[in-house]
Amino acid sequence: MTEKRLKTGSDFTWRNLEVGNVITETGNAALRRTGDWRTQRPVTDVEKCNKCGLCWLHCPDAAIKPLKDGYYESDLFYCKGCGICAKVCPKGAITMIEEKEE
Amino acid sequence: MSRRVGLEASHAAAEAAKMANVDVIAAYPITPQTHIPERLAEMVADGELNAAYIPVESEHSAMSTCLGAAAVGARTFTATAGPGLEYMHNVLYVASAMRLPVVMTVANRALSAPLSIWGDHSDAMSVRDTGWIQVFCQNSQEAFDMTLWAFRVGEDPTILLPVMVHFDGFHLTHVTEPVILPEQEKVDRFLPNFHYPFALDPDKPMTLGAFAPPDIYSEAKVAQEMVIRKSKAVIIQVFKEFGDIFGRYYHPVEPYQTQGSKTLLLTMGSFSETAKTVIDMKKDRGESVGLINLRLWRPFPFEELRRAVKDAETLIVFDRCISFGGPGGPVSSEIRSALYSEKEKPKVVSLVGGLGGRDMSAKDFEYVIDRGREVAEKGSEELYETVGIRDKVSGIRG
Repeated sequence: MTEKRLKTGSDFTWRNLEVGNVITETGNAALRRTGDWRTQRPVTDVEKCNKCGLCWLHCPDAAIKPLKDGYYESDLFYCKGCGICAKVCPKGAITMIEEKEE
Repeated sequence: MSRRVGLEASHAAAEAAKMANVDVIAAYPITPQTHIPERLAEMVADGELNAAYIPVESEHSAMSTCLGAAAVGARTFTATAGPGLEYMHNVLYVASAMRLPVVMTVANRALSAPLSIWGDHSDAMSVRDTGWIQVFCQNSQEAFDMTLWAFRVGEDPTILLPVMVHFDGFHLTHVTEPVILPEQEKVDRFLPNFHYPFALDPDKPMTLGAFAPPDIYSEAKVAQEMVIRKSKAVIIQVFKEFGDIFGRYYHPVEPYQTQGSKTLLLTMGSFSETAKTVIDMKKDRGESVGLINLRLWRPFPFEELRRAVKDAETLIVFDRCISFGGPGGPVSSEIRSALYSEKEKPKVVSLVGGLGGRDMSAKDFEYVIDRGREVAEKGSEELYETVGIRDKVSGIRG
């Protein structure tokens, strides 16, 4: 099975766009990297985390995944760095740190 | 058997929608369009027409509902006028860009303020660039014919564009005239069932109306532009097929007594009929005058217009709208630009009148032709002049 790739503008000319710009391959939002314009990223201090899951509940992009050990992890492919998880964390376990080019 | 009945343009358009067997009607009543949705609501309530009549709370909702209906493959109809057309303005662009062939009749009405419920073409001109195919009607028969024709053109599988049918508020919407209603069998032959190739279907999910970042928006707009330009050939073909079945042949540009005429007057909509009477009167007096009725407004019929006016010396374009601070009447400025690079072309004179229901009698059109000729002979560089106003304003220049 070939890996699904998100089509971008350069895949199209005006001639091969679908009529009315209809997208016939649906469910492709998961392929879109929404985390590429993040300026801050959440970092969790597991010493403080009590596994309450509020960060996971509040994340507007469903970018926080539960781990097997009960802790939570941000998926930086999708995380836009909004900081809601840090704000709602009752233990202050999440810190937003500046995103720097590596 | 076809029937010859007395109908106002509003009821003629409603009859056309009924004979087209529309599936969905969503409209908000507004003067002078009201009789159209009223009549259709009555037909649905009486069981004459098997359609969903969806009452909505605004014109914005009316057009949005039509988009949804067309997107599931329903044959969809609506009607509006003046401020109602303005209120649905942004949704008009969505209909054309999503290639949803909604048909809408517009009972042309002036725009406020001052508040006016009467007719002119300010509403039509404001939606010029919305990407809809647009035609104008001269009488009730044409309101019927163009509405029927609109479904066939818009739904053509190579086109799939919404179509606006303009007819003058009150001058047509509220005036009873003889209309020939054809046999249903002929209508069915002319207008097959609508099959929308991208109809929403839970078993075949698709995304309609998606977001377009800057790297694709331009391509989407060019695709839209190319299809409306291409639609002219289909428009002409369907005019011909309409004529072959119903016996009335229409054209994008309709010349009347233009052969060898030095001066031509160009009008749109119901005023063309009054103007024709004046042309006949003047012809009888030996004057070299003719008329051009511009039926197709979008896509603009460049070739046909150039051909129709190339031998004339003066072309007087009569507009029912002012482009404030602009180059004159909107139709005249388009025509000036259509002729700009032609070697042989008439001098174009722009005259504006008939605003907000101001009547234009035969005598007024006599003045329009005489004044237009006078302006052309003087070689004036005036942008335009508004006729029939008290304390005339002359000499508006760019």
